[in-house]
Amino acid sequence: MHGGRLLGTPVLWVGVLFAALLLRMDALRPVLQHVFPGVEPVIYNRDSFLALFLSQLGLVAAASFAASLAGVALAVFVTRQAGRDFRAMVNALATVGQTFPPAAVLAIAVPMVGFGARPTVIALFLYGLLPIIENAVAGLEGVPQGVREAAEGMGLSAWQRLYQVDLPLAAPLILAGIRVSVTIAIGTATIGSTVGALTLGTPIFDGLVANKLPFVLEGAALVALFAIFTDMLFARLERWLRPLAD
Amino acid sequence: MIEIDTVSKSYGERPVVDCLSLTVGDGVLCVLLGSSGCGKSTTLRMINRLIPMDSGTIRVGGEDVRRVPPEALRRRIGYAIQSIGLFPHWTVEDNIATVPRLLKWRQARVRDRVAELLELFRLDAETYRGKYPHQLSGGEQQRVGVARALAADPELLLMDEPFAAVDPITRDALQTELARIHRATGKTIVFVTHDIEEALRLATVIAIMDRGRIIQIDAPLEILERPANDFVRDFVGHQGLGLKLLSVRRIADRLRRGETAEGEPLALDASLGEALSAMTARRTDRLSVCDTEGRRVGVITLGDLVR
Repeated sequence: MHGGRLLGTPVLWVGVLFAALLLRMDALRPVLQHVFPGVEPVIYNRDSFLALFLSQLGLVAAASFAASLAGVALAVFVTRQAGRDFRAMVNALATVGQTFPPAAVLAIAVPMVGFGARPTVIALFLYGLLPIIENAVAGLEGVPQGVREAAEGMGLSAWQRLYQVDLPLAAPLILAGIRVSVTIAIGTATIGSTVGALTLGTPIFDGLVANKLPFVLEGAALVALFAIFTDMLFARLERWLRPLAD
Repeated sequence: MIEIDTVSKSYGERPVVDCLSLTVGDGVLCVLLGSSGCGKSTTLRMINRLIPMDSGTIRVGGEDVRRVPPEALRRRIGYAIQSIGLFPHWTVEDNIATVPRLLKWRQARVRDRVAELLELFRLDAETYRGKYPHQLSGGEQQRVGVARALAADPELLLMDEPFAAVDPITRDALQTELARIHRATGKTIVFVTHDIEEALRLATVIAIMDRGRIIQIDAPLEILERPANDFVRDFVGHQGLGLKLLSVRRIADRLRRGETAEGEPLALDASLGEALSAMTARRTDRLSVCDTEGRRVGVITLGDLVR
């Protein structure tokens, strides 16, 4: 029954397509050779696509995990009595973080932390903070006043109110924020290749530099599928969480 | 037993509760009655320390509430509010079990208590314990809200306009139920409302408040018959005073014992208002009256109502 439902959903097919391209891109060699005659090699071969994907997955996971923790923590802080005054400031800082182009963040970060994965993770972290904070604040503030008053009036401590009432009720919105943040991070991470991080953006930039269009297409297709597949997984997670809050 | 002793609270320059003193004895249902902004809700919330008082003392069961940690105090005091505030992500059972679980009751005891309370509110335990709040009607939600407030058998129950947001028919049913539960459990209850009819119907004692002070504190009948001043007289309302008196007086006081009459009998503890209503509906001037066991004990006539 459950398997049948899964088969009928796009998430499985997108996942299969993504995995197939990731592992067996060379199966497309005849097609690509036909479309791009004279380009050799026609399949990017400096690193395996799987290694590039795993490296990018690691960067995105590290940055998004840190941004989720920091973003939710900041949102919790500014929605408590003690942190209320900081709310405008935190929001402003996160917005500023969002307006910096990630390329600029990389340019600033490289002289400070060097080339490679680190500046990329920093840029992704800063860039991903805003949607998480905004959604988490909205979710926490959306907990009905009556529910909060009842929780306090019945003698739940501040911690108990937070983790038994506020966070579970805000969870769908918090998750929606993380979903947006992660999807952005997957796309943005490709730029990290310009400062030496290994991502699925590496074939794109190599292809642009060496004027090899097939590399660009291969990288772009994989990044797009990566983002779409992840977004779909989050959508399923949200649907699974939703009935708890309704 | 709850003693409020010269308690004051102001927001900035504006006093909300002004040197208020009030003692509510065990088993009393005390209604704080007044228009909005008179300080009745603030007074209520100072009892469980949701609002800190500026000066004065409140004692619950002889103990100064400020000497008890607020969480521990609140777990001893039931609290029901107009917006109910059921936790939408928890089942009816989890909601009712909130305070017992905070108090670390054993699981079996919690389960029994939930069933007992649902029974008390005439909700079938097996049907309702697994439901979520959004699957309940407004009246059922408020029943669960009050059940939750009573869950850990608190010595005192605070209710802040709990029935103000439900429709009149449901409100009527909930009031009847609360009166029954108050009789059955003998809880001390402090009940805030702006609705005079509700106050007359439920209260053992009514405290009429205005601008942070108590203007008159008396039994419902006394408030109607001997208002302390023009404010109380205005608040209670000249219009329909007679009908309000009928709604407060009980048949038991006017009963003609030993006589008999035809038709469905009325309960001894019904109000004269209910008797008048039944007489009008049945086009009769004599009604049979029965006691709680259903034995016919006498009659009441139209003339008795205005004696």
